[in-house]
Amino acid sequence: MRASAPKAYTPYSNWFYLPSAIIYGVLFIVPTFASLYFSLTRWSLFESKFIGLENFKLFFSEPQLVKGFTNTLIFAVVTSGSKVVLGLLLAVLLTSQIVARGYLRSVVFFPVLVSTIGVGITFTVLMNPDHGLINGGLSALGIDGPGWLTDPKYALLSVAAVDIWKGVGLATLIYIAGIVSIPREYLEAARVDGASSWETFRRIVLPLSRPATVTVIILSLIGGLRSFELIWAMTRGGPGFTSDVIASVIYKQYQAGFYGLSTAGNVVLFIAVTAIVLPLSYFLNRKEVDL
Amino acid sequence: MTIRPPSTALALIGLLALTGCSAGSLGSSDSGGDGKVTISYLIGNQDQDVKTAEQLVKDFTAKNPDITIKTETRPAGTEGDNIVKTRLSTGDMPEVFNYNTGSLFQAIAPQKNLVPLSDQPYVGDLDENFKKTVTADGQVYGVPVGGFMGGAVLYNIPIYTRLGLKPPTTWAEFMANSAKIKAAGIPPVIQTYGETWTSQLFVLGDFHNVAAVEPDFADKYTKNQAKYATSPAALKGFEHTEAVHDAGYENKDFASAKLPDGLRMLAQGKGAQYPILSGVVANMVATYPDAAKNVGLFALPGDDASKNGLTVWTPGANYIPKTTTGAKLDAAKKFLAFIASPDGCKSQTAAGAPTGPYAVKGCELPADVPQAIKDMQPYLDKQGASSLALEFVSPVKGPSLEQITVEVGSGIRKAKDGAARYDEDVKKQAQQLGLAGW
Repeated sequence: MRASAPKAYTPYSNWFYLPSAIIYGVLFIVPTFASLYFSLTRWSLFESKFIGLENFKLFFSEPQLVKGFTNTLIFAVVTSGSKVVLGLLLAVLLTSQIVARGYLRSVVFFPVLVSTIGVGITFTVLMNPDHGLINGGLSALGIDGPGWLTDPKYALLSVAAVDIWKGVGLATLIYIAGIVSIPREYLEAARVDGASSWETFRRIVLPLSRPATVTVIILSLIGGLRSFELIWAMTRGGPGFTSDVIASVIYKQYQAGFYGLSTAGNVVLFIAVTAIVLPLSYFLNRKEVDL
Repeated sequence: MTIRPPSTALALIGLLALTGCSAGSLGSSDSGGDGKVTISYLIGNQDQDVKTAEQLVKDFTAKNPDITIKTETRPAGTEGDNIVKTRLSTGDMPEVFNYNTGSLFQAIAPQKNLVPLSDQPYVGDLDENFKKTVTADGQVYGVPVGGFMGGAVLYNIPIYTRLGLKPPTTWAEFMANSAKIKAAGIPPVIQTYGETWTSQLFVLGDFHNVAAVEPDFADKYTKNQAKYATSPAALKGFEHTEAVHDAGYENKDFASAKLPDGLRMLAQGKGAQYPILSGVVANMVATYPDAAKNVGLFALPGDDASKNGLTVWTPGANYIPKTTTGAKLDAAKKFLAFIASPDGCKSQTAAGAPTGPYAVKGCELPADVPQAIKDMQPYLDKQGASSLALEFVSPVKGPSLEQITVEVGSGIRKAKDGAARYDEDVKKQAQQLGLAGW
């Protein structure tokens, strides 16, 4: 009965798609458009009043916002950059012929498996300026450690350091996969030509693990831009507002009952992440083809 | 060949929809027709709140064996605010719930969500000041749980005696006392910014002094005519927070210490003065029994000794949401009537040391209350020596004050700047409430 010839053949009837279409519609499309609408209202959960673009105006005039944006960028760039460098170095180490390689590989990956909140709370205790293990160890060496999470100068970077510790395992794993997939012939040819280890790394491993680098940068940059759990568990944006990121600013607005305002903030965050990641992904992927 | 719409898939969708609808009502399976009723009671998860609630339920159900009450807990603070609002707006609120009075009460749209209690016989027995904080549009909605609290300075009496100091009535005396305490090698002022809410007392507890100088401040504040940054009296609270830090009077670990650390320092004499709510006294006495006689209380001092007085917080209240109906509503009302009776107060006293006088007529404090609570009484007895905190006389309260006072008290931000920032912060709240003039 397939009279309409140009129609592409599909093994399923349209009814087959209905359940997933309904789920997709109810869980994704409706909330997306509802949130666009609610971002234009003053919403108390009990009632909402349409106020046009007021929320966006208010959101952008929020004094925390500038700090939040700067901190988000610092956090994303620092964690993403460190994960690339450390991940690559660790991957080179863990693909070399060292003892207990399998064991070491899993040890690097363990922090990825642990709950973020758990890691956050643990490190909050370790980083306590007076009773924490870290400053305790430093003082045994005669160093007076700073208030890692209570000094406004260090709070954000301390959290970033924990995020790197927790996330570097995934970057390493991606790099290991990338390095292992480099054909052995190249490395052998280089050795025959008398290339030193540094040259092998610089000319072969680094360029050929570009796809891995792209994946690591994009994953960790997106992760860094929308990072929230670790910061919330460790500093709650504090002391004061000094380690606030956009996500924690939005969360605090939501907690305060400014539902319309925080929805507007989420729309802004969505646009900001897209605006940063989309061109970056395009740029990095194009380079890959050029190679 | 076309395939007919598979009836099983449609049935599956229908089933999904059905389960989706009924999940919410699973918990409230109704009792049979034998007159027995089960209701739930939602409370904050703080130790003392849970103890009080359990004691109340125990004593009430002993007298009313037909009624069973299950307690449920929720987080305190802003997280709890969210849960209360969400459950009210989805119609999923237990039959009785405990929540703040004053500005937070106004933010849950009482007219729309709560059962008015003005017709109940005990309403006449409720304290007038308390009643104001649970009234919206002329209707009373709540019944007090716990006593009044003072926002004041708790101090270590042995340190004061040893150094020959007496409780200050002006800010200058307070700073002079602190200088002597510091010279004796004890941190004069305990601050615990590891728990941010504890940083607000110099500002919030100073409101009696503000009201003494500018009696119409609250009214103007609600109308967007008075500001913290531009009113010299109101700005004092921020300046005091800053002054204590600049003088180096805080304990060394002020940035990371938490409330239990603060109470420990105070009870053990490792710190002398702790600006805090008197609600924490019960917990402190439970952990350090000696603190019952070793810790006293004085109101936050202002500029004028003759106008010195205590800023008072009204107790939280129990409310009934509009979703409670029928036999459950009757049971819930009975429960509230019990709480608002002298028997209810006795039950609360049995659960732990009171935080201050009860808001129900006929309720007496026991003779053995801790010294800090006794010290509140003279302020309350003297005409004009106590005021309700700003959040009970104005619906305007910003959510970020605790972060701002942490910044001011840590030397990250100047007092004036902090006050201006708080003025910005409250604007959002006022607009959200739809107040006129914002």
